[in-house]
Amino acid sequence: MLAFGIAKDIFGGSSIDVELSGGTAGNLKESLEERYPRLKHLASYMVAVNNEYAEDGLAINERDEIAIIPPVSGG
Amino acid sequence: MEDNISVVCVLTDNIIIKPLNAQIIISDKSLDIQSCVDWVMSPQSGGIDVFIGTVRDSTKGKTVLRLEFEAYEPMALKEMNKIAELAFAKWSVQKLLIHHRTGMLEVGEVPVVIAVSCAHRDAAFEACRYVIDTLKQTVPIWKKEIFEDGEVWVAAHP
Repeated sequence: MLAFGIAKDIFGGSSIDVELSGGTAGNLKESLEERYPRLKHLASYMVAVNNEYAEDGLAINERDEIAIIPPVSGG
Repeated sequence: MEDNISVVCVLTDNIIIKPLNAQIIISDKSLDIQSCVDWVMSPQSGGIDVFIGTVRDSTKGKTVLRLEFEAYEPMALKEMNKIAELAFAKWSVQKLLIHHRTGMLEVGEVPVVIAVSCAHRDAAFEACRYVIDTLKQTVPIWKKEIFEDGEVWVAAHP
């Protein structure tokens, strides 16, 4: 899983391994928030699956590229 | 292609854009404003609107030394393509360019250039504003403000 911006600081690296119990983006968020409670203090954050923003219900497959997208601030 | 271009957008099947009419680039090298303007110039255009983002020396009264930009490049290019596609759908745009920097930028440097050419100015102004406003909301690029006494990822916390 890839991490950017403040998520990189929270996870302590730009890429981490995560074991998923369920199979959705929402499940991933729950398990990450348990392991990294600081995520809950962010203004918001999104999961991206294969370079697209994912709804919580989206199923995640083993080979998907997953990224954690904290609030964006480009421009 | 110029040598300061690190990533040129790759157009995937589900992104339909007039390839010759949009140029979307994320680069870790200085942006060349004049070449951005030149690229959107066309005989059919009656006007060009350009937005140039610049690094400001302060935020909320605090001195900013520099900004660091980070991008999730493949997704950022994809999201910028979507913005370009919508701009072409919404306004009569001739050519549209988005160049965005990554890396460390000093005060006065340019993190982003948007250039839009249209037959008439109203469309150019509106499309240009739409592109920069939407980019700030949806494109996975992050900036970190670096102060004398610390650093902060912008917009991360409420």
